[in-house]
Amino acid sequence: MLRIIDWTIMIVYFVFVLGIGAVLKRYVKTSTDFFLAGRSIPAWVAGLAFLSANLGAQEVIGMGASGAKYGIATSHFYWIGAIPAMVFVGVFMMPFYYGSRARSVPEYLRLRFDEKTRGLNAVSFAIMTLFSSGISMYAMAKLIQILHIFDAPFAWLGLPQAWIFHFSLVISALVVLGYILLGGLTSAIYNEVVQFFLIVAGFLPLVWLGLKNIGGWQGLKANLDPSYTHSWLGMSNPHTNRLGVEWFGLSMGLGFVLSFGYWCTDFLVIQRAMAANSMNSARCTPLIAAFPKMLFPFLVILPGLIAIALPTQNLANLAGTHAATTIEGRGLIPAKMDASGQVIRDKDGTVELDYDLATPNMLLHYFPTGILGLGLTALLASFMSGMAGNVTAFNTVWTYDIYQSYINKKASDEHYLWMGRMATIFGIALSIATAYMATRFNNIMDMLQLVFAFVNAPLFATFLLGMFWKRTTGHGAFTGLLGGTMAAALHHGLTLPQGGVPGVKGGWIAALHIYPSEMAQNFWTAIYAWTTCFVITIVVSLLTRAHDEKELKGLVYSLTERPTQQGLSWYQRPAVLAVVVLAATGLLNIIFR
Amino acid sequence: MGLDIRLPIGFLFSIFGVLLIAFGALSDKAIYERSLGININLEWGIVMLLFGALMLFLGRRGTKV
Repeated sequence: MLRIIDWTIMIVYFVFVLGIGAVLKRYVKTSTDFFLAGRSIPAWVAGLAFLSANLGAQEVIGMGASGAKYGIATSHFYWIGAIPAMVFVGVFMMPFYYGSRARSVPEYLRLRFDEKTRGLNAVSFAIMTLFSSGISMYAMAKLIQILHIFDAPFAWLGLPQAWIFHFSLVISALVVLGYILLGGLTSAIYNEVVQFFLIVAGFLPLVWLGLKNIGGWQGLKANLDPSYTHSWLGMSNPHTNRLGVEWFGLSMGLGFVLSFGYWCTDFLVIQRAMAANSMNSARCTPLIAAFPKMLFPFLVILPGLIAIALPTQNLANLAGTHAATTIEGRGLIPAKMDASGQVIRDKDGTVELDYDLATPNMLLHYFPTGILGLGLTALLASFMSGMAGNVTAFNTVWTYDIYQSYINKKASDEHYLWMGRMATIFGIALSIATAYMATRFNNIMDMLQLVFAFVNAPLFATFLLGMFWKRTTGHGAFTGLLGGTMAAALHHGLTLPQGGVPGVKGGWIAALHIYPSEMAQNFWTAIYAWTTCFVITIVVSLLTRAHDEKELKGLVYSLTERPTQQGLSWYQRPAVLAVVVLAATGLLNIIFR
Repeated sequence: MGLDIRLPIGFLFSIFGVLLIAFGALSDKAIYERSLGININLEWGIVMLLFGALMLFLGRRGTKV
């Protein structure tokens, strides 16, 4: 039960979030201030925001859920699925993003290729960000409902409990709207940094208590099957590991295509680096983010592992239900229930677990009132940072790449600043609409993966060729992207995961191939999309007229001067940071193999 | 930008630290059964206050220069 101290902590946090926006308001004078934070953010601030913008719903809750489901192998989403791509974008790609002075990723595509490539990317990206921010909102409102956070105040005010979902949705939307309208990207970045520290402050004591309780890593090993505590064991065959995917699909699908497609081309994160105060800061942004990213599995995955390893106990008082009955489950994770309150079982009769409750139940299990308020605030913070990241990326792409490019080309800077604020408002309104649409879907993680696979998977092939092969043409890039996305859809339509029913899970054309798991199917969808885009782009580029080399200065590797590292201390050099973080990640893989 | 981010972080964490320390010192010990008998409010409050103070110190020094 939440008490006054918990409410105080939550309210203090919300006051601070809006207060930061209010203080920053007077610094927002031009559209560059609003959309790119005046390109004045120091490297470490941009780095933590780079990390935090990605800390949406899929991170804290989803990674805890995956930890409980797949074990420590979930860390592949960090050690393979993020770090190498973050290093690559910092060392090799940032010189073109930042150096070209493009204001967004689609604008870089305009400079490097042509108008249609930009348009395609801008529109698909805008839709995707609204989608993600809606999902974040939905997940947050759902969580508030499940944890019964607002039950007591609603009962006290005599309001129906059914309104809690709508209330949570609207209030979180209003807070994000408030601080972005006031301070723009600076406000979003500053709040993301606060959120980063808050998430660490809320989860570190949880992991500490949990590990102390279970007897540390050795205790986890003693209580769990080895498949939970090894990240590489049984990876030679999809049937002998918990992920249901083999090492090649994992490292190519997740480690190369999906991960590089996200971290190297997604404007949501790149925007944070573009806001940095110098070329070197921009290059260091993803590298600085990589250090905490590498350690995040211990903060977000371990709670899930601990939750499944604890002895199964009566979950009734934890889950917040008022019924005195014992709820089935394992460890701290309750079984999934259908609408009539019956436990859902799969066809072998095994109870299906509601993994998304792993992390929230850990908080309720270990945290007494007081620090519980802090833990819940950290959860809410993670949702809001994910939402705000999407909204700031959306308003920039909308204003610069859609409105300024196609609707109103020659307006004053004040007008674009105004449009940015308007875009924030209708972007959030559309997110709310998406959130209501999302009430029909269940597993957030799998759905996000599917969207990434279709839209993002081919993207990295386009950027890789565009940045490192000067012969790539606009026609090549455009047809490659279309072809890649179509290949993704086609592959998804022709394959099914084991036990899947044709439909959203795939196989809507015909089920020609059955993958051992949905994850394997997603990874291979991405691999096919990427390869198709790569090949089509090369072929079409060779058939079409090359760009004039003078136009490509600063946009392509062979025609751009290398950024100098002279006069920088060793810890400011991207190459040094890159080697250190890669070596440390390699070491973690060996320790937890 | 005119505002050093370390200052708001410092203030926020100091306030949280003070709140948790005060509540931890006054609260009934029975509620700490779930946190393995550790007064986690008091202990983590001290850590947060120290971190907040460090951020305030760094932020103030950074603003003066």
